[in-house]
Amino acid sequence: MSNFTPVSSLLGGLLIGLAAALLWLANGRIAGISGIVGNLPSARTGDVAWRISFLAGLILAPLGYAALAGTPVVRLDASAPILIAGGLLVGFGTRLGGGCTSGHGVCGMARFSRRSIVATCLFMAAGFVTVFVMRHIVGS
Amino acid sequence: MPRLISALAAGVLFGLGLTVSHMIDPAKVLGFLDIAGDWDPSLACVMLGALIVVTPTYVLAGRLDAPLCAATFSPPTATRVDRRLVAGALLFGVGWGLVGYCPGPALASVGIGGGRTLLFIAAMLMGMAVFAGISRDRAPSVLHRESARQL
Repeated sequence: MSNFTPVSSLLGGLLIGLAAALLWLANGRIAGISGIVGNLPSARTGDVAWRISFLAGLILAPLGYAALAGTPVVRLDASAPILIAGGLLVGFGTRLGGGCTSGHGVCGMARFSRRSIVATCLFMAAGFVTVFVMRHIVGS
Repeated sequence: MPRLISALAAGVLFGLGLTVSHMIDPAKVLGFLDIAGDWDPSLACVMLGALIVVTPTYVLAGRLDAPLCAATFSPPTATRVDRRLVAGALLFGVGWGLVGYCPGPALASVGIGGGRTLLFIAAMLMGMAVFAGISRDRAPSVLHRESARQL
């Protein structure tokens, strides 16, 4: 556990929690990123602008952080074919399963939704197995 | 307009949270998923921190008739654990494990990660579009039945 960063992780988690709390109290919306993005093309006219507004904040915040405190590290080691396969699976899977780490993992778990608890256990398990296979079986 | 400002503020907080917690870094996330390696439990702390805030918020919001800037609360309507949920979560988990990106961090790092991040996001949006295409082609009654029951 040499890379464990409990303090910054907890702090970042609190900020993510504040984001989800604000979006619920102010707008009555779940802060699920895959849903906010995935429903953008099919959303009704009055339902589009807040999604774009949220996504703008999500994209601009790390850039603001970079300007003030230095560029955050983004280490992306996967090859192009793996990036494409992973992207397709993440996009299709989150829409089919009705949520991702934020919608199911944070908001759904906080609502004690049975669907979200099951989904979170399953995507975590699939992630554990995938990394195990890629790093310790294929990669070794 | 208040609705757009609150959404923007929520997006900024979310993006800052992902940055501060290093979840914007796929290698950090893969460190959490690598339980057989040099395991990094940080992601669990991120979820814990978020749940500490969100769980009481949802309970307290139950006392409100409506959100502050919108007409109604829009909770998810599906309640059943069905095959779509199971299959979708498993496929997502495999993709997450292959790269270390889920949708939030991928989009948050679009201005920082460079071409490889853009490639992942393009594929992710393609995957979402494929799903939208399939669900449009399938009988709408299937989708309606699954989302018809209110909480």
